[in-house]
Amino acid sequence: MKNKLSLIILFIFLIFCFIVFYKGLNNSNIYTPKITNKKNIPTFKAKDFHLNIDITSEKVFEENIYYIVNIWASWCIPCRKEHSLLMELSKNQSVKLIGLNYRDNLKNAKKFINELGNPYSQILIDTDGTLGVEFGAYGVPETFLINKNKKIIEKFVGPINQEIVKKIKLIIK
Amino acid sequence: MLASQIGYYSLILGLLLTFTLCGVSIKDFNSSKKNVDQNIYTLSFLQLFLVIVSFLSLILSFVKSDFSNETVFNNSHTTKPLFYKITGTWGNHEGSLLLWLLVLTLFIFLFLIKSKEQPKKYRILTLLFQQLIIIGFFLFVLMTSNPFNYLFPIPTEGLGLNPILQDPALAIHPPLLYLGYVGSSIIFSASLSAVTQNYISKEWGQHIKKWILVSWIFLTIGIMLGSIWAYYELGWGGFWFWDPVENVSLMPWLTLTALLHSILVLERKTILTSWVVILSITTFTLSMCGTFLVRSGILNSVHTFANDPARGIFILIFLFVLIFLSLGIFFLFHKENNKVSKNFFWLSKESSILVNNWFMMYFLSVVLIGTVYPIFLDVISTEKISVGPPFYHKLIAPFLAPFLLFMALGPKLKWIKSKIEDKISSVLFFIISVALTFIILKNLSIDLLFYTVLISAAFFLFFTTLKELFVKKFNNISQLIAHFGFSLFLLAILFNSILSSEIITNIKVGEKYNYNKGEIFFEKIEEKKENNYNSIVGFFKITDKNSKTIQLKPEVRIYNQPTIITSEADIKTTLLRDNFLVMNLVKGDEYFNIRYQVKPFMLWIWISVLLISFGGTMSLIKKRYEK
Repeated sequence: MKNKLSLIILFIFLIFCFIVFYKGLNNSNIYTPKITNKKNIPTFKAKDFHLNIDITSEKVFEENIYYIVNIWASWCIPCRKEHSLLMELSKNQSVKLIGLNYRDNLKNAKKFINELGNPYSQILIDTDGTLGVEFGAYGVPETFLINKNKKIIEKFVGPINQEIVKKIKLIIK
Repeated sequence: MLASQIGYYSLILGLLLTFTLCGVSIKDFNSSKKNVDQNIYTLSFLQLFLVIVSFLSLILSFVKSDFSNETVFNNSHTTKPLFYKITGTWGNHEGSLLLWLLVLTLFIFLFLIKSKEQPKKYRILTLLFQQLIIIGFFLFVLMTSNPFNYLFPIPTEGLGLNPILQDPALAIHPPLLYLGYVGSSIIFSASLSAVTQNYISKEWGQHIKKWILVSWIFLTIGIMLGSIWAYYELGWGGFWFWDPVENVSLMPWLTLTALLHSILVLERKTILTSWVVILSITTFTLSMCGTFLVRSGILNSVHTFANDPARGIFILIFLFVLIFLSLGIFFLFHKENNKVSKNFFWLSKESSILVNNWFMMYFLSVVLIGTVYPIFLDVISTEKISVGPPFYHKLIAPFLAPFLLFMALGPKLKWIKSKIEDKISSVLFFIISVALTFIILKNLSIDLLFYTVLISAAFFLFFTTLKELFVKKFNNISQLIAHFGFSLFLLAILFNSILSSEIITNIKVGEKYNYNKGEIFFEKIEEKKENNYNSIVGFFKITDKNSKTIQLKPEVRIYNQPTIITSEADIKTTLLRDNFLVMNLVKGDEYFNIRYQVKPFMLWIWISVLLISFGGTMSLIKKRYEK
């Protein structure tokens, strides 16, 4: 009898442990700093992906709409995963996607775009990674949301997911 | 590219073969033949062979810098020296799991060859339990952590290996630790099998003892290497930080040590059987739990490679399946042998071993609670706490003193019933120890009772085991060496913590810094270029009050792939002390931040751990039966 009771208690305790660990797993440990001061977009000059010309930042962000800057590279595996979501976002009329091709081989990057589709209205080349730094990026992929006043209002480290897409859609509506 | 293909398909073949092996084993288990079917040996060997092929092809991909392989791409770079390309193979999540699998299959194959005098059913059942674990890991590797993922377009360059992992000690730390960790799987399988077969006996105890010793030795040395690495690479000058990941390796060590002692009893008398089985189960479960905590990203540390919840959930479910299975088997099949009297005479070797077990369980629960409680609290109340060294020190240190006394006296007791022998010498040693401690501490002007008690107890163990070593010659030598090593270990740690001194200051090139015990002179800096990093080397002359001068050359390294700045401490090791100097760049300034530490007896910490594991090795190779 005593034995059975201790068995049941042990069992319940273990189940409890399982639940705690399971929940703990879903708590993200990734720390994303909050943007407290809305930062202006940096001014820069960069090469266009398709045409071999220099473009200034004023030219890139000239329209009075929302912009999404997405930093990507053909060698970046999470970029591949988020690409379909970017395609979905690009269908939205009130936002334009700007791609920042980060430290990449142009040939591979073009292959990537041809294979998976092009969600970007414009792609800029960032061969040495300095443009990413100007934006305050930590790595690839990273996505910035820029409002009509040309300020960075949201920053998403790592690949975007359905939730983030929903959030973006809510803001730009 | 071809290598990746071969590696991947040999893994799949390996999994299929495992199912065949299980089928053949079950058939053989039910057959009436006396010996284990020859096919089982062949299949088990093939299984090992396929995993080796897979592992070698991953190494080959790393050596050739084949970036079409995702694992290689994520963890290697063409400019890396060949040695670190190879060690990079297990310096990442996917590769290290392949290593798990390799050790799992290696151990079961060795077990099959080495256990021919054991009963057939017991051996086959052990094989089957082990195959269960192996299947779990095969699935884990193939489903969530395939080391051979193909990348297209093929990147021209890899992302590089984290520079702090580019280190010789750390290159062999994982394989050794894994031999210990995963080696405990065989103890787990064997004890479950022995329980179901009602074979927990003296013979079984003698047979399983070897496997326990092997795991224990590797685990001990593996933990030591990790801590040596932390000592000189992380640049804090400490060697144990009670980091969750360190704790996770310490926990199986504690249960394994308790198991090792319990098995000494079991191999003579059929008692403590529940202890042995529970400890065998716990050791492996804690190893798995460690893998879960480290790999799932539930804890953040240097060992967390990727935050992929799918992996965490897989190990978590697998872990609990194993726990429930083993507990179920234990409760269903285990019977305490009632014929043997359960009454222990209070003064006997077995009761002292029982005391040891309880101490180990206490230490285990402290470490376990300190490690896991923050996770529980976070989930239940979203409150974040961090448990630091003071918690462990305060809870463990006071209990070390009685523990040491038991360690000194316990082995002198006889089995079944005994009287305390050599009372006079014991009392004498005790008085000497206390007096010696008192004199030493008085000289150092430390009057904490806490230190006096602890150091006296350590000295007592030190003298007692030293005397026994000389008097008893080779009788019981493994135990004496191990216990002597432990006393040395604690003495080294205690004096190290009392006598360490540290100076932190900012200093410019050409400047001198005077402190109460000497002078630090920053001579010059030089720049050095290596294949995978550039470095700034500082030249320091340190003169102590006896005007003895030592030169230390710490480095700041700027690794290129990925770009990470690390500080390489320069350590001058002598028998009596380590002089430890590390420097850091102060941003936008010509000053360097330096940290100079004098740490006495550091070398003895490592020597004593080696002694402890040497004791284990002696016990393993010694033919003669211990009294």
